[in-house]
Amino acid sequence: MKELEGKVALVTGTSRGIGKCIAEELAVNGAIVYANARKENCLNDWANELNQKYSGTIYPIYFDVTDFEKMKLEVYKVWKENQKIDVLVNNAGIEYNENIGMLKREHISEMFAVNTISVIELTQIVAKFMMRNKKGSIINVASVVARYGSSGQSVYSATKGAVISFTKSAAKELGKYKIRVNAVAPGLNDTDMITETSEDYLQRRIDNIALGRIGKPKDVANSVIFLASDMSEYISGQVLGIDGAVCM
Amino acid sequence: MNSLSKYNEIFCEIFNVDNSVLNDEFTANTVEKWDSITQMSLINRLEDCFDIMFEIDDITEFVSYTKGKELLKKYSIEIQ
Repeated sequence: MKELEGKVALVTGTSRGIGKCIAEELAVNGAIVYANARKENCLNDWANELNQKYSGTIYPIYFDVTDFEKMKLEVYKVWKENQKIDVLVNNAGIEYNENIGMLKREHISEMFAVNTISVIELTQIVAKFMMRNKKGSIINVASVVARYGSSGQSVYSATKGAVISFTKSAAKELGKYKIRVNAVAPGLNDTDMITETSEDYLQRRIDNIALGRIGKPKDVANSVIFLASDMSEYISGQVLGIDGAVCM
Repeated sequence: MNSLSKYNEIFCEIFNVDNSVLNDEFTANTVEKWDSITQMSLINRLEDCFDIMFEIDDITEFVSYTKGKELLKKYSIEIQ
C-alpha cells in the first residue's frame, strides 16, 4: 500500500518547479491530487499524461490564489466531490528581488498577496473542511531566506517569514482538531527561478552548502510527502529546512 | 423534517441540550459550552445540512440561536 493511497490533496502553484514536482510525487504515492494553477487549461496535458502513468489521480483546478471568492468556490467543489480534504500544500509564490531603496510598492503588495495572504486565506477555507473529519495536514512552502535573511530579498524573506510565524500559530490553534500545520523551507533550488542567475554567483552559493550541491524540487517534494503522510502524525508547528545545511 | 427541526436538532446535538432551552437567550455569552470549537462544529454542521458555505463575517457574527436564523436568510434558508 502506498503512503498516501486515497488521500485527497490540494496543491497550489503547480504549473512549474517545486509545486509541479510536489503534485507529481503526491500522485506517485497514491494521492488524489487537485493541482492548482492560475492559467486555465495549462495543466491539462501534463495531468492526462501523469494519470496514465500513476495510481494517483491529478485533477487540474484553476484559480488565482489572490481571488478569495473563486478559491472558496473551487475548494467547496473539492469537498463536495470527496467529502474530505486530507492535505493542503500552500506552494504558490512569486519573487521580485529588489534592493532597499528600489522596492516597488506594487511588487511588495503582490508578493504579500500571493506569498502570505493567500496562504492564510486558503488555510482558513480548507481547515474548516478538515475540522469536519478531525484530520488533516497543511504544509506551507516557506524559504531558507525567511530563517537567515538574504540581501536583495528583504520583502520576499518577510513574506515567507510571515508564513513561518503563521504556521507555528496555526499549528497550535488547529491541533485540537487533529490538523497538523508545518512548513518546509527550501534553500537554493534547481528551478526556473534561478535560470537568470550568473554562474559565478551560483557557484558561490553552492560553495556555502555543506552537502555540496543545489537542491532539487524532488528534495522538497520528498519532505512534503513525509509531512503529508501519517509517518509524521506527531509532528506539527515545525519548519523543516531543505537546504543541504546551508551557511548563509 | 422542516428547516426549524433540522436547525434545532443540530443545536441540541452540538450543545447537548433539550429543544426547550433554544430561544432568544441561547447565546455565546450565556451558554458555557459555546466556545470557538463548538461554534465551528455548529457552522460545519449547518453548512452540511443546508448545503451552504458561510462568509467569514457571518461566522463571526453567528453568536446566538436567533442570530443564526437571521444569518441563514442571507443564504435563502428560512428557518420555520
